[in-house]
Amino acid sequence: MSKNRYPRLLGLLPLIGTLLLSGCNMTLLDPKGQVGLDERNLIITATLLMLLVVVPVIVMTFLFAWKYRASNQDAVYAPKWSHSTKIEIAVWAVPVLIIIALGYVTYKSTHALDPYKPLESDVKPITIEVVSMDWKWLFIYPEQGIATVNKLVFPANTPVNFKITSDTVMNSFFIPGLGGQIYAMAGMQTKLHLISNQNAEYDGISANYSGAGFTGMKFKAIATSQADFDAWVSDVKKAPKQLEKAEYEALSKPSQNNPVELYASFTPNLFQIILDKYEGMKPGKPMEHEGKEHEMATMEGMDMSSHSAAGAEE
Amino acid sequence: MFGKLSWEAIPFHEPIVMITIAMIALGGLAVFAAITYFKKWTYLWTEWLTSVDHKKIGVMYIIVAMVMLLRGFADAIMMRTQLAMATEGSPGYLPPEHYDQIFTAHGVIMIIFMAMPFFTGLMNLAVPLQIGARDVAYPFLNSLSFWLLVSGVVLVNVSLGVGEFARTGWVAYPPLSELGYSPGVGVDYYIWALQLSGLGTTLTGVNFLATVLKMRTPGMKMMDMPIFTWTCTWANVLIVASFPILTATLALLTLDRYMDFHIFTNELGGNPMMYVNMFWAWGHPEVYILILPAFGVFSEVISTFSGKRLFGHHSMIYASGAISILGFMVWLHHFFTMGSGASVNAFFGLATMLISIPTGVKLFNWLFTIYRGRLQFTSQVLWTLGFMVTFAIGGMTGVLLAIPGADFVLHNSLFVIAHFHNVIIGGAVFGYIAGFAFFFPKAFGFKLHEGWGKAAFWFWISGFFVAFMPLYALGFMGMTRRLNATTNPEWVPYLHVALFGAFMIAVGIACQLIQLYVSVRDRKKPENMCEHGDPWNAHTLEWSTSSPPPFYNFAVLPKAPGIDPFTEAKENGTAYQTPVKYEPIHMPNNTATGLVMGALLTVFGFAMIWHIWWMAIFGLAGTVIYFVIHAARDDQGYMVPVDVIERIEAEQHKRLVAAGKVPAGATRVETSLEQA
Repeated sequence: MSKNRYPRLLGLLPLIGTLLLSGCNMTLLDPKGQVGLDERNLIITATLLMLLVVVPVIVMTFLFAWKYRASNQDAVYAPKWSHSTKIEIAVWAVPVLIIIALGYVTYKSTHALDPYKPLESDVKPITIEVVSMDWKWLFIYPEQGIATVNKLVFPANTPVNFKITSDTVMNSFFIPGLGGQIYAMAGMQTKLHLISNQNAEYDGISANYSGAGFTGMKFKAIATSQADFDAWVSDVKKAPKQLEKAEYEALSKPSQNNPVELYASFTPNLFQIILDKYEGMKPGKPMEHEGKEHEMATMEGMDMSSHSAAGAEE
Repeated sequence: MFGKLSWEAIPFHEPIVMITIAMIALGGLAVFAAITYFKKWTYLWTEWLTSVDHKKIGVMYIIVAMVMLLRGFADAIMMRTQLAMATEGSPGYLPPEHYDQIFTAHGVIMIIFMAMPFFTGLMNLAVPLQIGARDVAYPFLNSLSFWLLVSGVVLVNVSLGVGEFARTGWVAYPPLSELGYSPGVGVDYYIWALQLSGLGTTLTGVNFLATVLKMRTPGMKMMDMPIFTWTCTWANVLIVASFPILTATLALLTLDRYMDFHIFTNELGGNPMMYVNMFWAWGHPEVYILILPAFGVFSEVISTFSGKRLFGHHSMIYASGAISILGFMVWLHHFFTMGSGASVNAFFGLATMLISIPTGVKLFNWLFTIYRGRLQFTSQVLWTLGFMVTFAIGGMTGVLLAIPGADFVLHNSLFVIAHFHNVIIGGAVFGYIAGFAFFFPKAFGFKLHEGWGKAAFWFWISGFFVAFMPLYALGFMGMTRRLNATTNPEWVPYLHVALFGAFMIAVGIACQLIQLYVSVRDRKKPENMCEHGDPWNAHTLEWSTSSPPPFYNFAVLPKAPGIDPFTEAKENGTAYQTPVKYEPIHMPNNTATGLVMGALLTVFGFAMIWHIWWMAIFGLAGTVIYFVIHAARDDQGYMVPVDVIERIEAEQHKRLVAAGKVPAGATRVETSLEQA
């Protein structure tokens, strides 16, 4: 992620803000991932810019109200004075200037922090597929061939490419300590790119209300060293459970505060199969209600990109 | 016979609900008994329920708003209590299926059934008077709008005792709100309550636009209309442009739920995200519908109590217009996290920021209205100053949320909750309360008690900060909205402080109730009486007539040569002139049609919710037939005879003399503006 998204002078603002806020243990203000750090700095920069106009307004409110109180007969009283071109120009110009500065910051940062944009790194990224279910998170590791529920482990200092969908209503995939969130929607695939700057354990949540079990839809996200990650993967590969069709159907039943599950393997192309369950989202393709098994078999080798979220990626 | 309705729909097993119902039933019974005992049914029916007088309809709107404020606030206290208790593994006292209904009901009630009727009530009360009109353009339609709102209110409150309310959040996003995930009647209550009251709101928007376009007193230019009328007008432009979107969106959801369509479902080609877009295409203009009239109130209050003209009347009008138009181009900022591209997000983020420019201009204009004025610290002014400080903060957090990069971490967090309560309480609600205290004497002829009003202000504003500043912090700590329990011990103190803040606001509301009681009790005290009509030495035409105004508002249509016609008339000695002779005045007849149609549509809505088809047909067909009969009647209204006007105006003249506003022997002057 670039360090010079906006001029150097603006770059100093986050530093001042960080000093002011040091001592608070607020997750979003003390993130451990680069994306989260950039977003934190953006919040502080924008806030300080806005304070340039907000603080004077608040001070002027108190000042004017006090100075021109009815009992202060010394103050000038001009009951008919209601127009001044100079002041009118100033009151339009000041907010316009602030918004131009803020708009510049916004435009640059929106492109720099686009969650769909892969992170720049020398380390090869890891891909993890995320499925929101009623009411738990399924994580599929296509490269490692394992799957988990409500536990996300990945190597630190390695970009993580999340592909996200839902097998139920809409949720939002969010690890506050690492950076931004993105919606999980059935029949659509969204993307999120995050990185952990250190070995740490994070809280992961759904940030979009999804029904009765929403509150318990939590998971632990654990960033480890590459060696620990590899060891964990081989441990999971020895797990007794395998996420094949019957197991997935059992998992699909609504459950609250679901415990962590580990799966040594999963049905090939599971993520794609889940996406395709809601095939109606794709225009021009005939609807099929039966013959899922048949579809499962023919699905291999299909180009994933053609199934990206219809409404979400445009 | 009764569709899905059975005795099981009544939650006998939920003590909290049953006690609430019992209390509402007892309260209702007490009111019913009191009206019967004092033999007030005829009075109530002829003077209020069937009235088409905009002032009385306005008062009824505000009564509904205040009752619903209590209901919505009770929900708020229950939620805050639950969250203060349900920490570190404790489940609290509300199970999810109940808690989820409460936060949905809280949002729906506060927006649709508290804020909307409060604004509509103030608008009804003041706008026709401000433009020197005798009523709105369509008096019967106005009555119908009100009764449609009541239909929605009835349905929302019936859901408490019969069946359930939606458990979807007030936005009711599909697919959660679809039959597959919400099979109960909760979402159906939501749909029909919003449909009926939303129809009423659309009609109100049409009515008041026609009113300001066609009913202004002769000689009043559009750009000279008072600022409250202008902000209401912009709100009405937004209403007629945006409420049909809500109606259509809910109709499509209805097709999904009732006729197995798949417009917003996950399956069979449905697109839930279409609903999200359409909902906010209405939902964002909606918040400007709420805030703009409040801006108007603050403008009136600050110029009146500074004893000064409003600074930048025209730039206020343009700023409101800019807010209204831009308000339609920003809906996507409610879901930057849907995965739109960076360019789309940047566009909507920048468009949102543009709104802060005209809003900032407004703040500066209020400041320069105070500048070189003589500001009296009345309760209305306190609400206004409190708003200016609070809203500056809320506006800032709003712009922060408009930056996509910041929104990715703040979206759906308690930071968002804190932000929109910051602008809706600190903006809209403060404005409505200020407007209530400002226009109350106009409606009733006596002032509200200032001491209790100021006490209410201090409890409200300090309670607001204590309740919502912790939520900003919790948002930064990663707490998301709509949780029914938490496990993070670091959040607990903040949740406790927030609950305490909610109780402080409760004390503020109690002060307002006491204020009402004390004011009514002391209404005959000379220092509170202001039936002559101008207690604040105000600028605009509504203050030039008596309080309460005669049912025809103005015996002679007033002159409006400039922006502050009443102040100018007072300055050049032409205020309160009595004409040589009066002309008969044409006024509309009262009608029960609005009430009957509202009642029949309530039956229709209830029947639709429970799939009682014969009853639905009865309700809908009855409504249409009753309306056709009403429309077929040749009701041309009636003429108020001159001797009635003479008598009413003579009483007003006596009051003005007693108040020292006019000399006892004032001569009558020739006026030529009166038109039939």
